[in-house]
Amino acid sequence: MAIEQDEIEKIAELARIRIASQQIGEVTQRITEILGMVDQLQAVDTTNIEPMANPLDATQRLRVDEVSEGNQREAFQAIAPAVENGLYLVPKVIE
Amino acid sequence: MHTKTVAQLAQGLQQKEFSSVELTQCFLERIDALDPFYNSFISVNPSAALAAAATADEQLTRNNAGPLTGIPIAHKDIFCTSGMRTSCGSRMLDNFVPPYDATVIRNFGTAGAVILGKTNMDEFAMGSSNENSYYGPVNNPWDTSLVPGGSSGGSAAAVAAMLAPAATGTDTGGSIRQPGAFCGITGLKPTYGRVSRLGMVAFASSLDQAGPLARSAEDCAILLGAMAGYDKLDSTSSELPCPNYRATLGDSLEGLRIGLPREFFGDGLDPATGVAIDAALKELEALGASLVEVSLPHSKLTIPTYYIIAPAEASTNLSRFDGVRYGHRCVEPKDLHDLYTRTREEGFGDEVKRRILVGTYALSAGYYDAYYKKAQQVRRLIRQDYLDCFEQVDIIAGPTTPGPAFALGEKSNDPLAMYLEDVYTLAVNLAGLPGMSIPVGFVQDKPVGLQLIGQHFGEARLLNVAHRYQQTTDWHLAHPAMPKGE
Repeated sequence: MAIEQDEIEKIAELARIRIASQQIGEVTQRITEILGMVDQLQAVDTTNIEPMANPLDATQRLRVDEVSEGNQREAFQAIAPAVENGLYLVPKVIE
Repeated sequence: MHTKTVAQLAQGLQQKEFSSVELTQCFLERIDALDPFYNSFISVNPSAALAAAATADEQLTRNNAGPLTGIPIAHKDIFCTSGMRTSCGSRMLDNFVPPYDATVIRNFGTAGAVILGKTNMDEFAMGSSNENSYYGPVNNPWDTSLVPGGSSGGSAAAVAAMLAPAATGTDTGGSIRQPGAFCGITGLKPTYGRVSRLGMVAFASSLDQAGPLARSAEDCAILLGAMAGYDKLDSTSSELPCPNYRATLGDSLEGLRIGLPREFFGDGLDPATGVAIDAALKELEALGASLVEVSLPHSKLTIPTYYIIAPAEASTNLSRFDGVRYGHRCVEPKDLHDLYTRTREEGFGDEVKRRILVGTYALSAGYYDAYYKKAQQVRRLIRQDYLDCFEQVDIIAGPTTPGPAFALGEKSNDPLAMYLEDVYTLAVNLAGLPGMSIPVGFVQDKPVGLQLIGQHFGEARLLNVAHRYQQTTDWHLAHPAMPKGE
């Protein structure tokens, strides 16, 4: 199926990826090609076929709800782009 | 030393013919001298490698050594290595130094292996040619104008060029088997859940599996023995105990039934590659196996199914790269939205962005049922094809790829042509089965791989078949010539 450029812009916004205006045409064309290829699936009869999320049909294993990891805040913050007083810094969100 | 298998090197170490420091130094020197021709490594840390080798030598002195003690191993740069940059082939993680080890890395550490370096790869393991790396393409050691395959292209090239005795890789749709085939080495993708995914940067979580790339099936058995096993920190890890993969390598193939899917031998398979595959099958027949034609009727649907499921899972997994906690961050973001969108624009390459967009689309409101749910239903049909075949046969065999390695640049601007490269390998991941590629000859001096597909948790049988084949043939022992200019 064909996808319009403004739809790609919407998807890119959902995915939080900026696409430069000079590239949007090419990106739209590539995505249209890929969606055209995957459209073959629409012709398959999948009535009463259970969707398969895990190839072994495994389900989520549960464990006892107890602390098993120590606090490693300093190790994690050491690799962050911007931190201060144990907090991650981002641009101002609330005026 | 550099031409030996892991099994031979282990013997040499234990008999004190050479030390782990000497062995590690040998490979470090080869990387230094030869890798400019291949670009197979992203990071090498000689002092850490030599220190680990010295520790291994102490263990060897105390005769307290296992089959991997002191063996230098190259790791795909997708496995987190504590204190050593793990880039995943992406600008996004160019500055990422993990605070912990992947379980695979920890398991190799426990086994006494030495981390030789981190290998080049397609960005976030998305690609079939290694041309999607932020660190540049990898050149195939058999002919540097060819791609090595991908996404574990650096690992495959490093082993083929004898810059490492063995390497780890990951396989989401063929990323161990296809580069293994293109580079003329042996590679194994285990059953989904056999090897822990903890600390392996996630691409498509229901498809990703780690496995070995090496010179022989025996070496793959040794490496898998160290890598595999239950990990309580990976909720999809299997609790099934691992057999001793080496113990059954020599078993007879008498009575083995090998299924040949007719869909793997039709249009699309390069005829000369087909000839090499047929010869390998004849060899297996001579070893006592019988060949049975089988059918996988949903084969044509594997590419569209994969290219919904893998991008959908990727778009979810890669949402974690936000420029806040680690990795790349754009400079001077004007607000939080700008921080996210510009960080991700700059940090991700074209193919990764395409897959995130396709995945976001497939999961978005109004399209979920038509795309993602539909693909998950077809995925079940694809797996059922394989389960039906295994009612009649023990393993399935066919080509790993439609033809030998293609030229650098030949398909890099055509994503759909690139996706077709994985036509024989994708279904194995969708079905969660183990698969191997072993070298079985050459087409115009380019290596060709035979793919062996096993039943769930049937790695030992695959390794056994591959090993017996390698006992009576010598394709796996062929080495590429030294690069020109040496």
